[in-house]
Amino acid sequence: MYRARLFAVRHAGAFEWIYARLESVMIALDPVFARIGYDRVERPVALVERTAKGLLFDCRMCGQCVLSSTGMSCPMNCPKQLRNGPCGGVRPGGYCEVKPWMQCVWVLAWDGATRMQGGQKIRDVQPPVDRSLEGSSSWLRVSREKAARLRESGDARRTAVARAFPDARAHEPAVAPLAPEPPSAVNPEGRR
Amino acid sequence: MSDNDIADRMPRYEEPPAGHVSGSRLERVLRRGRFAVTAELNPPDSADPADVFEAARPLSEVCDAINATDASGANCHMSSIGICALLTRAGYGTIYQISCRDRNRIAIQGDVLGAAAMGVCNVLCLTGDGVGVGDQPGARPVFDFDSLSLLRTIRTMRDDGVFLSGRKITRPPRMFLGAAENPCVPPYEWRPERLAKKVDAGAEFIQTNYIYDVPVFERFMARVRDLGLADRVFILAGVGPLASARAARWMRSNVPGIHIPDSVIERVEKAPKPAEEGKRLCIELIQQIREIKGVAGVHVMAYRREHQVSEIIMESGVLQARGDGRSQASEGKAEIG
Repeated sequence: MYRARLFAVRHAGAFEWIYARLESVMIALDPVFARIGYDRVERPVALVERTAKGLLFDCRMCGQCVLSSTGMSCPMNCPKQLRNGPCGGVRPGGYCEVKPWMQCVWVLAWDGATRMQGGQKIRDVQPPVDRSLEGSSSWLRVSREKAARLRESGDARRTAVARAFPDARAHEPAVAPLAPEPPSAVNPEGRR
Repeated sequence: MSDNDIADRMPRYEEPPAGHVSGSRLERVLRRGRFAVTAELNPPDSADPADVFEAARPLSEVCDAINATDASGANCHMSSIGICALLTRAGYGTIYQISCRDRNRIAIQGDVLGAAAMGVCNVLCLTGDGVGVGDQPGARPVFDFDSLSLLRTIRTMRDDGVFLSGRKITRPPRMFLGAAENPCVPPYEWRPERLAKKVDAGAEFIQTNYIYDVPVFERFMARVRDLGLADRVFILAGVGPLASARAARWMRSNVPGIHIPDSVIERVEKAPKPAEEGKRLCIELIQQIREIKGVAGVHVMAYRREHQVSEIIMESGVLQARGDGRSQASEGKAEIG
C-alpha cells in the first residue's frame, strides 16, 4: 500500500529499531529452526514475512532484503528495480519517471536514511539482485547467516588459542579444546 | 588465407601504458589534465556502415571520443557495440554505451569482452530510460543490473580478471569506466552523494545530462569538490544546442531527466533566429562551465544538429585553450583509442 510505504519511510527510525529486535529474536531462534529444519520453516516464515512486509513496504519478496540500507523504502518498487539510488529521470517534485503519480522510491529512501542511525549504509554499493532467491524468506537467510557467523567467530578464537599453544594442546587438549563445547561455553556474547 | 593471416592483420591486444587503465585517447587527454571534448553520435536506422561514418564525420574533427548511444530514449537504432566496432576499427575514439534496460548480466558481460576485442576502450554505464517513452512500449524492461552494479561488474572483470560468476578471464577487458549523472533533477541534495557511490562502484569519468541551469550545476560541483570527488573522477558536463523554443519545451516534457529553465527557453524564443541563438547559448554555456573548478571537459549532445558541433567547439575556444589546437583528424585518427 502506497500510503503505508510513505508512513514507513517517515518512521524509518522506529522501523530500524523494530528490525533490530526482530533480528535478535530470529538469531536466538536459530537452534530451534536448525532442529526443525530450515527448509521446513521456510514456507510458514516466508508467508508471515510476505504478509507483514507486503502491507508495510509493498514488499515484492526479492528474498534479499535491503530495507535497512535504503531508508525503509523498498527498491523493488522502483519500476527499474534500481538497488543503488535514483536514475536520472526523476521528475520535478521528486516523482517517478515511469509512474508519475508515485514519489521516487529513492527520493524517499534518502529521506528515510536521514532518520536512521545506520542511515549511512545507503552509501554501500549493492550487488545485482539474485533472481534465484525470489520468493524466499530473507529474514530466515539473514538470521541464519548471522548465527553462523557468531558461531564461527567463537570457533576462530578457540582455534587461534589452540594454534598459539600447540605443545600444551598436544599434551593437554582440554586447555585449548577444539572439540565441540557445551552450549554454555560457546559465544558468551551470543547468550545474553 | 589461413587463420594466422587474419590474426596478423588485426591490431594486437596491447596492455595499457603505465598509470592508465585502458590507454584510450580520452583517458590520456584527461589524465594529462587537458580539457576533454566528447560528442554524441546520432545512430542510423540503417545497416550500411557508410551511414555510421557519415554520422561520425562532423564530430570527429573536434572530439576525443564519440559516444554511440544504446537505444537512447528506448528507441530502436543500430546497436552501440556495432557502431563502436566500426568506428574503432577506422581509428576513431569511441565510448560504448551500455544501458541496463535491454540486456541481462550474461549478455552484457559477453558484450564487454566482445567490444574490448574490437578495440573499444571506453564504456559508459547507464541505467537507461524506461521502455514506456520509446517506440516500442510493449517491450519487456530488463534492468537486471543497475548502473552501479554494472560499473562494479566491469571493474571486477578488468581488475580481477573474473566474471561475476568467479570464472577466470584469460585476457581481461581494458576499459576506461564512465557513468552518467544528472545534477539538475531531484533529489538535488543527494546527487553528489550518488556520484560518490558511482565512483566507489568504479566510475573513472562522468558525463552529465544536459546542463542548462548553471547555478544548479555550480552548487552541485561545490558539493562534489567538498566530498573530494573532483580529484577522483573526471567530470564532463553535458551541453547541447536548442533548435527552437518549441523543441525545447517538447524535450522538457517528453524526454526523461531534462531540466531547462524558462528563462533559457524565453531567450531562444525571443531571438530573431532561434537556431542561431540556441547555438550561441550552447557556446556561452561551455564557456561558463569550463570556468567551474572540477570540470574536466564537455560532452556535446546535439541531437539532429550534429553539423553544428564542430562550430560550437571551435567558437567556444576550449580546444585553442588546450594549446595543441588539435582534433582527431589533425592528430591522425589512425591511432586507436
